[in-house]
Formats: sequence, C-alpha cells, structure tokens
Amino acid sequence: MEAVPARARVYVACVVLGALLCAARLPRTPALWWAVVLLSAVYAGCERAAARWRFAGTFYPVLLAGAFLLPPAAAALVPLPGALLSRVEQRPYALRRIWRAAHLMIGVRAAGSVHGALGGRDAVAGSHFPYALVPAGAAVLAFCLALTALDGGILALGERVPARRAWRGLFVRSLAPVAVHGLAGLMMAVLWRSPYGPVAALLVLLPMCVSWWVFAQYHRERAAHQATIRALVQAVDIKDGYTRGHSERVGQASMMIARELGLDDERVEVLRFAGILHDVGKLGVPTRLLRKDGPLTPEERRVIELHPEYGHEMVRGIGFLGEARAAVLHHHERLDGSGYPYGLVGTQIPESARVVAVADAFDAMTSTRSYRRARPVPAALDELKRCAGAQFDPRMVTALVRALGREGWHPVVTAGEEPHPFVPAPQAADRSGARP
Amino acid sequence: MKALIHASAALLAGTCLAVTLWTGLEERSTALAFGLLVCVGELGRWTGARVREAAPLGAAGALAYALLGADAGQPSHHGVTQVVTVVLAASLLGGVPHTARGRGPMTDHLARRVLTVGFTAVCFHPLYDQGVFEEWGGPAYALALLALLTLTALCDCVLAAALAHSRTGWPFGPLLRDELRGLLGIGSAVCATGAVMALAVAVVGLWALPVFSLPLLLTQLSFKRYAAVRTTYRQTIASLARATEIAGYTPAGHARRVAELSRAVGRELGLTRPELAVLESAALMHDIGQLSLVDPVPAGATAGLPGAEQRRIALLGGAVVRQTGVDSAVAVVVERQADPYREQPMAARIVRTVNAYDEKVRDAGPGGPLRALEELRLATAGDYAPEVVESLARVLARDCLTLPSAG
Repeated sequence: MEAVPARARVYVACVVLGALLCAARLPRTPALWWAVVLLSAVYAGCERAAARWRFAGTFYPVLLAGAFLLPPAAAALVPLPGALLSRVEQRPYALRRIWRAAHLMIGVRAAGSVHGALGGRDAVAGSHFPYALVPAGAAVLAFCLALTALDGGILALGERVPARRAWRGLFVRSLAPVAVHGLAGLMMAVLWRSPYGPVAALLVLLPMCVSWWVFAQYHRERAAHQATIRALVQAVDIKDGYTRGHSERVGQASMMIARELGLDDERVEVLRFAGILHDVGKLGVPTRLLRKDGPLTPEERRVIELHPEYGHEMVRGIGFLGEARAAVLHHHERLDGSGYPYGLVGTQIPESARVVAVADAFDAMTSTRSYRRARPVPAALDELKRCAGAQFDPRMVTALVRALGREGWHPVVTAGEEPHPFVPAPQAADRSGARP
Repeated sequence: MKALIHASAALLAGTCLAVTLWTGLEERSTALAFGLLVCVGELGRWTGARVREAAPLGAAGALAYALLGADAGQPSHHGVTQVVTVVLAASLLGGVPHTARGRGPMTDHLARRVLTVGFTAVCFHPLYDQGVFEEWGGPAYALALLALLTLTALCDCVLAAALAHSRTGWPFGPLLRDELRGLLGIGSAVCATGAVMALAVAVVGLWALPVFSLPLLLTQLSFKRYAAVRTTYRQTIASLARATEIAGYTPAGHARRVAELSRAVGRELGLTRPELAVLESAALMHDIGQLSLVDPVPAGATAGLPGAEQRRIALLGGAVVRQTGVDSAVAVVVERQADPYREQPMAARIVRTVNAYDEKVRDAGPGGPLRALEELRLATAGDYAPEVVESLARVLARDCLTLPSAG
C-alpha cells in the first residue's frame, strides 16, 4: 500500500464518492430489484469466468444492457458485486477492487442517464428500430468517455504516466470494442423486455463469451509464438558466446531504419524479425569455430560463411516472415558485389537485406567483443558513412543516422551485457522522461 | 456412407427447389435478407485450417431462418422447402469465389448445411404451424428453440464425423469425439446465435440481423487470425526442429518423417485432437537435445545408444523445449522419450517407437521395413510398447508407407 501516492488515494476517494452519489435515490420497486440482482449475478459470473480462463478486459454487454434496461441509479449497482469480487493481479488488491467498482459505476450511470434522456427506454420497450440505435450509440459514447477520462486520471496520478501520454489514444482504442459490446447489450435489453424474457436475453451472452475466448486464445498463441522465436535466438546466443543480445539489438536497429524509410507497420515488424533472426544459421556452424580465439584459416572462414544459407534453410518454411527470409540469406552481401553467399551487386540485393546489413554492422561496432572494446556511437556512424556506397546502401545509412539523431540509441539490456546508451545532446532532457 | 449422405442431401435439395419453383417465394424481403446473411457468411468462410465450423455466420443465419416463426410480431408463412432453397442458393452463391480459386471441395460442406437446415426446419415448422408453441409461452419457446438446435448440432456432429471418416479412413469414434468437443466452443456460439437471431427478428424485425451479425462477424475474424497465428506457430516449431538437421546432428527430413508417422499412429490409437497436437510438436522436437552435445551422435541415431545416454539427451531436449514457451506437455513427452515404455505417457511411447523405426529403416534397403518391425517386436519386453508397434505395423500396411521418402 505504501507505494500508492497520496494524490492517487485522494483521487480514488473522490471517484468513490461520485459513485455513491450515482447510486443514490433508488426507486423502490421489487420487480426492479430482481433485475438488478440477476444482472449483477451474471456480471459477477462472467468476471469469475474471465479470471479463471485468464481473459483480458472487462465484459461490458451485461453492464450496458443494465444501462439500457434499468433506471440509471439502479443500473449503477450492476457492476458493484462483480468488480468487488474480481481477481486483481497486483497489489494493493483492495484499493484496485474499489477503484474498479467505482469507475464502472460512474460509467454505467453516465450511459444510463444519456440513454434515458434520449428516450431510449421507451424505444427498447417498444422495440422501435432503427431509432433505438441512436440513444444506444450516445450511451456507448458517454460510457467510453467517462471510463477513459477516469482511467487516464488514475494512470497520471497513480502510475505517474505523463498526462498527455495517459490520455492519448485511450478513447479511440476502447471505442470499437465497447461499441460491439453495446450492440450485444442492446439486443439483450430488447429481448429482456420482449415476451421471451430474460432467458432469451442471456442467450446473447454465449456467442459474446466465445468471441472473447477466441480473442484470448489468439493472444496466448501469439505470446507462445514469440517465445519460440526468442528460444531460437537464445540458442544462437548460447552457441556464439560473445554476441549475447546482438540479435535483439539488430532487430531494434532494423526497425528504426525501416520506420525512418517510411515503410508500413507490417513491413517494419517483418524487418524487426529479419534483424532478430539474421544469424540463426549460426546454429549450423560448429561451436568450436564460433568461439575460436585468434585468426581463422581460409577453410574455417568458408565454413562460417555458410551461415546465411543455413539460416535461410531453417526459416524458409515460416510463412509470415516474408521478405525477412531474403534478408537472412543476403545480409552479408555488399553493394560492390564482394559479399557472400552470391556476390549480388547494388539493387540485386533485396531491400530488407540492405537494411539488416547496416543494422548488423552498427551493432557489431558498438558492442564489446572478446577481441576488442566497443566503439562509441558517433565513431561507428562515421565508419558506416565511410563504407556507404561500397559496402552499405547510403539510403539505409542516412536513415539510421537520422533515426539515431532523433531517438537516440537505447539498446535492450539483456543479462550479462552492459548497454551503451547514446542520447543526442539537444533533446536529452525531454526524452528522458518519456522513456520508462 | 459418403455417397449416401450426398445423395440424400441432393434429393432433399432437388425436391425443395422443385416445390419452391412451383409455388413461388413467400415474404421476399425476409428471404432476401437471410439469403444475403448466409451469402456473406459463406464469402468470409476460411479454408485450409481444420476447424469445426468454417463459416459460423453462415451457419447461424441458416439456422435462424429455419427457426423463424414471426417477423416483427407478424407470423411468417415460409415453409420448409423455401428455407432449404434459400439457404442452398445463398451458400452456392457465396461459395463461388472459393471454388473459383480452387480451394477445396464444396460438396461435403454443402451437403451438411442442406441436411442440418432441412432437419431443423422439418422439426420446427409443423409444430409451429399447429400452434404448439403458443400454449407454452415466451421463455419456454426460447428454451424449445435452443433444445431443437442442440439436437441439430448433435446430428451435424455425426454427419461431419461420418464424412471425415469416409474421406480419410480414420476411425469413426475419435472423430466423433473431436466433433462433440468442438461443439462446446464455436458450435455452442452458432446455436445460441441462431436461436437469438430468430427471436430477435420475431421481436424487432429485420433490423436485428445487422445489429447481431456484427459481433459474430468479429468472432469469425478473430477465429481467422487465431488460425493464422497457429499456422505460423507450427511453422516456427518445424524450423526449430530443422535446426538439428542443419547443424548436422540428424539426417535431413528425419524430424518431419517421425512427426508424420507419429501422427498417423496416434490417430490409429484413437488420440484426441489436442493430444495429437502435443504428439506432433514433441515428435518434431524429439532430437533437439542433441543441439547441446559437443560431438554429434553418429548419423543422429539415438536408438542405438546406451539407455543412460539416451535419457540424458532426452532431458537436455526437454530443457530446450521448456524455454520455447510450447505447451509443457510437449516438454514432458520429449523428456521421457527414452524411458521404459511402462513408465511413459502414450505420446512418448509413440515417439520412441516411430523414432527407432525411422532410424532402423534408413539406409536399410528394400527389406529394411520388415526387418525393422521385427526388431521392434522383439524389443517389446521393455523398450517399445507392444500396442504401439502393432499400430505402427497396421498404419504402414494401410498407407503403404513402408519406404519413407527422403527430404
């Protein structure tokens, strides 16, 4: 508890007070209470299920259905038990639960008030379509606005995220999912009021739950996939003792160059993978050669120079890597045709390979190897500029220089490797705060 | 079996089409709206990935039309024949781009769709027309629809399993079990959506269709993404498996051959789909422990090594697999592949037997497979599980896999 700043506690206290005001002046009709109890039980059940199967996010259709069905003050009670009983991952547990309940109550109250003011409850009861979509849409907007405003506040005060960053994109990101949940909530409300009753309304939740489950599965599978790629890279790092962390840093530098060239997000991501996996073929080179101190014989050098082809052989079956596969094969080509494995010249070398070649050389120069110390970043950039045209594509070198000039070089710190951060002088002050 | 299903579907479709052409369409706007929904659902159908329901939106729309008793409070008059005709036409239309691109056969999918929709409509419409449901009241009606859909889904499972059985020749029991398990996921969502759509259209009219198909469309999209990421994940595991081949520890194609043969044996032994996935990953990575060896085992043939050395390599492999973030069940199989079979889980028994078979067959010439099977049979006292060896023999005899292709 001691880590929570006082202003965040004051903020939460204010929000709780607001939530209590939201639920004040309840109408006293028994039929209404049954609906509140049923909806909050369903919401709590959904939250428990989500915690059990590790879904991400909150399940809004029930809350929004409550806002569309009940008077605002009663609707505000629906999230209360579910949020107070929900599972919280981090300390302080109690404060987080109270916060979750309070901000959801305010959001539901806002949605309910807007919906009621536009005559939504009559539209739902009489199932006046398409007019019923208007108050529902407005309610979703209000819900989203209230939640993002409150969320941004707690991020700024509690987690010390800078205010501009806390709010940026929060609303836009949450609007689309909440809108879909709003449609499901509207359907629930309409069916609830229809002759078929709450039984039919609860059926709406089943497809929503499945959709949610699929989404969670997708994220789990994606995480597993990334872990596998990391394992592939770790295997190379273990084999090739003194290049620890090299792969990930080359991935980062490739990504910076790709962004600077103005490529679209998908290609930027593919180029990051190209950088990460560029040396994966070293798995096929005998460990003895990779770790050898002292000069290599021409025979040994030829064996090491096979690694781009080994790497290509390994990754060629991975469909999503796309042009990254060409980068793995050609990252040791030089513009003047003196590189390997094929001795390609100029634009014969795929663009992705030219990006990775620059990133690879840059990181090789700026990190410490057993046989020499790391060079400072400006010296490495000078060296790259000197070799541009003969060895490297000048366009990629310029892009790297510009990207480093703006963002600085903050390599990912992996165990056993001291980082060599480089921050461009003029912007050092305002950048330091933006990077966690 | 397959011919019977196709023939009955064709008969049903033909009869319904003829009757509808004779009588004409009732309530055209409703028919058009549902036809459009089914068509869109079919257009977004995914192919390739093995999933239970490839077009959930199309299936839900078709079932909802079969169960539609009223439109915005007014009783509807379309009969069984019109339901089948509209669904058939829309499915055919939506399937045109898929067929044009040459992606897989449409006939099984269409036959299932026509038969299930016909079954639902035949069960529902006579009861509805006699006014049975009106006596029950609203909530009971909703539950009755759900019960009917559950029945339909069960029939659909039997149909799908029968079609898969006659297509692939795999045993019927495990196929049916897999289909039934799939019901809990997307299958239940399709049934619930079908029921909800029918009820919602009865209350608010056709506006309910766009409002409610949006969430299901998103489910369909995220299923697609899920299938895509699963594919790349499998590809990545396959490349990780190739690392030992490229590093020169094992001969080319060994991991892939062991994985394919293990899968066939696992299927023959009636493993479920999740168990088969674990088995396949484990078989692909069973040799990965050799990456940690300083000197390669001659020709990567671990089956000839002393037991203690085999177990040591297996443990090293398990440690590597645990790092990859794969299901920990895979790591367990890799770790225990060298144990005596009585202490092994089923997947590890299969991997051990198939691996030994592949190593013995390699470079053994034309008589190799028979001799390898003979050697495996002689070692069933401790190393190899007898039922797995027999299953392997059956798979090899059936699929003519006695001489595995290299590379």
